[in-house]
Amino acid sequence: MAISRLSSRSNTFLKPAITALHSPIRRHVSTDTSPITIETAVPFTSHLCESPSRSVETSSEEILAFFRDMARMRRMEIAADSLYKAKLIRGFCHLYDGQEALAVGMEAAITKKDAIITSYRDHCTFIGRGGKLVDAFSELMGRKTGCSHGKGGSMHFYKKDASFYGGHGIVGAQIPLGCGLAFAQKYKKDEAVTFVLYGDGAANQGQLFEALNIAALWDLPAILVCENNHYGMGTATWRSAKSPAYFKRGDYVPGLKVDGMDALAVKQACKFAKEHALKNGPIILEMDTYRYHGHSMSDPGSTYRTRDEISGVRQVRDPIERVRKLLLSHDIATEKELKDMEKEIRKEVDDAVAQAKESPVPDSSELFTNMYVKDCGVESFGADRKDLKVTLP
Amino acid sequence: MSAILQGAGAGAAAALSPFNSIDSNKLVAHSRSSLSVRSKRYIVAGSDEGTNKSFGSSSLIARRSQPLMIPNAVAATKADTASSSTPSKSGHELLLFEALQEGLEEEMDRDPHVCVMGEDVGHYGGSYKVTKGLADKFGDLRVLDTPICENAFTGMGIGAAMTGLRPVIEGMNMGFLLLAFNQISNNCGMLHYTSGGQFTIPVVIRGPGGVGRQLGAEHSQRLESYFQSIPGIQMVACSTPYNAKGLMKAAIRSENPVILFEHVLLYNLKESIPDEEYICNLEEAEMVRPGEHITILTYSRMRYHAMQAAKTLVNKGYDPEVIDIRSLKPFDLHTIGNSVKKTHRVLIVEECMRTGGIGASLTAAINENFHDYLDAPVMCLSSQDVPTPYAGTLEEWTVVQPAQIVTAVEQLCQ
Repeated sequence: MAISRLSSRSNTFLKPAITALHSPIRRHVSTDTSPITIETAVPFTSHLCESPSRSVETSSEEILAFFRDMARMRRMEIAADSLYKAKLIRGFCHLYDGQEALAVGMEAAITKKDAIITSYRDHCTFIGRGGKLVDAFSELMGRKTGCSHGKGGSMHFYKKDASFYGGHGIVGAQIPLGCGLAFAQKYKKDEAVTFVLYGDGAANQGQLFEALNIAALWDLPAILVCENNHYGMGTATWRSAKSPAYFKRGDYVPGLKVDGMDALAVKQACKFAKEHALKNGPIILEMDTYRYHGHSMSDPGSTYRTRDEISGVRQVRDPIERVRKLLLSHDIATEKELKDMEKEIRKEVDDAVAQAKESPVPDSSELFTNMYVKDCGVESFGADRKDLKVTLP
Repeated sequence: MSAILQGAGAGAAAALSPFNSIDSNKLVAHSRSSLSVRSKRYIVAGSDEGTNKSFGSSSLIARRSQPLMIPNAVAATKADTASSSTPSKSGHELLLFEALQEGLEEEMDRDPHVCVMGEDVGHYGGSYKVTKGLADKFGDLRVLDTPICENAFTGMGIGAAMTGLRPVIEGMNMGFLLLAFNQISNNCGMLHYTSGGQFTIPVVIRGPGGVGRQLGAEHSQRLESYFQSIPGIQMVACSTPYNAKGLMKAAIRSENPVILFEHVLLYNLKESIPDEEYICNLEEAEMVRPGEHITILTYSRMRYHAMQAAKTLVNKGYDPEVIDIRSLKPFDLHTIGNSVKKTHRVLIVEECMRTGGIGASLTAAINENFHDYLDAPVMCLSSQDVPTPYAGTLEEWTVVQPAQIVTAVEQLCQ
């Protein structure tokens, strides 16, 4: 990876002082915000637009934050795996490990006013938007303290105050919703954009093209992000798409293909896309990424791809390893410090799981809450209006 | 901002002008000074931001000062007028589609969050002229001509509603909304629940449905039977200019997703409606003609067939009670139940098909809840379980005709 060390002067200056400190995480340079420029390993490929520059502006603090957030997400997904096997999580559980770079890279480029909407593989996106680990685990285990009060489950995480609109179970259905969010942003003159995430499987849905047409026609600030992990459940892209160049499928809509395992490349692309969308309307980002787990917990993930392929990607392209190498080669942190950080994160996740396990399940009265919006102290009856089911607040 | 006023009964205040010109500060001072006793009645006075409370529980939003505007569920005095549930001193006459347009326009004036989206609603004025003139007045961003993609624009409307906009989504024909079924069922109906209450979806989905004049099978569908199971939505069917405007306004103001079913053949009904602002309760049924012998439950176009049959029945010496149920989901079992307790016989006249229609659900609900009050089994007259044929005579035999209603009543009342 090409490296340019613009801040090397400050590094060498501070080095002697730093080794004297004992607290590994709080070394000065780890939280240094002075800019570093790093080149992405893989160039961007563009369609109907210019590629953004390969040199990404970042800082030590940001790269360290990438590491920490991605490690947390990875740990969370692994913990979810164990909980599912322990039958504490039921139903569907779609894990995001391998794709973490997308969630953190995107967050680094946008604000909480920009909206994100995604499919059912939403755990890490929720955390990226500021969701708490304990809320996520509680929701996964169907407890009252979950982010949707236990009524949504794995596929229905939402966080309204962070403009995270979920969490949708039906493949592709979130795309028109996302264009609606972009429409509302334009209507209210928010100067914000919407990132509409979908997968390579959903890229063949008609509603994608319908929504894209409208978005392009009305110049909506929508950024459609195809998380191409190369498999739509068990079907590889070459078996499901005549044209697997998803970034070109927009035809009249510009597109960009990005290395989705490189958090910095993702950040650069999202930054570029946001500027583009605010001025020129929709753009498609195809993120080349990979998931280590199967489609969901009930899919072993090895019947349609070889274990060699999975371990090959893990060795060469793993997003966390990439950032670790970056941190080590730039002397932002030592190996031991990173290991300690990971230990801390592991503990954080374990604590959250323990706390979530203690949380209560929803009461039976919750069955009827949030069906309709009614207030003024109205009572909610069943169909016969005689049998009082619950009093709505 | 919405100001909540408390006041005593009719003694308070002078006549108030329409909602959007209320000066709430002025009102607060005025009503407080005339208070002797604090009562628990509240009204919401004018809101600019669409942050109104739901009106589901109250029968009418009205200014207390006016001795009032008849709540919609009151009987008309004449047996054979199938319209006009409110005597107003001055009113204006209009057609049903104009009433819908008036309601829509008033709500768009009142709340900038309300927008309309659908095919040909803007420049064309709407295929049934319901949105005529609105694009000129409000602009292209508020009255949106969409391309022909029901799934996408219904989803867009729902997505926009998640952020606080209040879209009115028009299906050019309700049958086309089958293409948006996923969006309506999963996203519209369920998002409020699955997000644990974080998002509300204040959309109105409206459009004409029902059997028209030889429109063919695919354009004569009754979507209310398909949508009725979706949890989280409300369904209403309008039948007169008065309730069309009232229900349209109530649906827009409601925080819940509401599907408003209009009927292709009822758009040109003429009626005189009040000049003052009013809305209708979304969950209440309308008493069209009170009676003693039998309860006829109906909605939308079949109301007119029922009233026509009622004329014949009266001549034959029967006294039918005709109720336009209006609220298809949830059913107004309160009004219906009271009627059943009075007459002990029920005939449901609907346009849905025999299998799985609104009538089927209503029959089950009545049997479950009012079984003890029934002297005869609930009879349900529905359309035949066939795709609506094109030929005029065949089409006539598909739907329920007044003669069949008369026969059924005679049979039940033996």
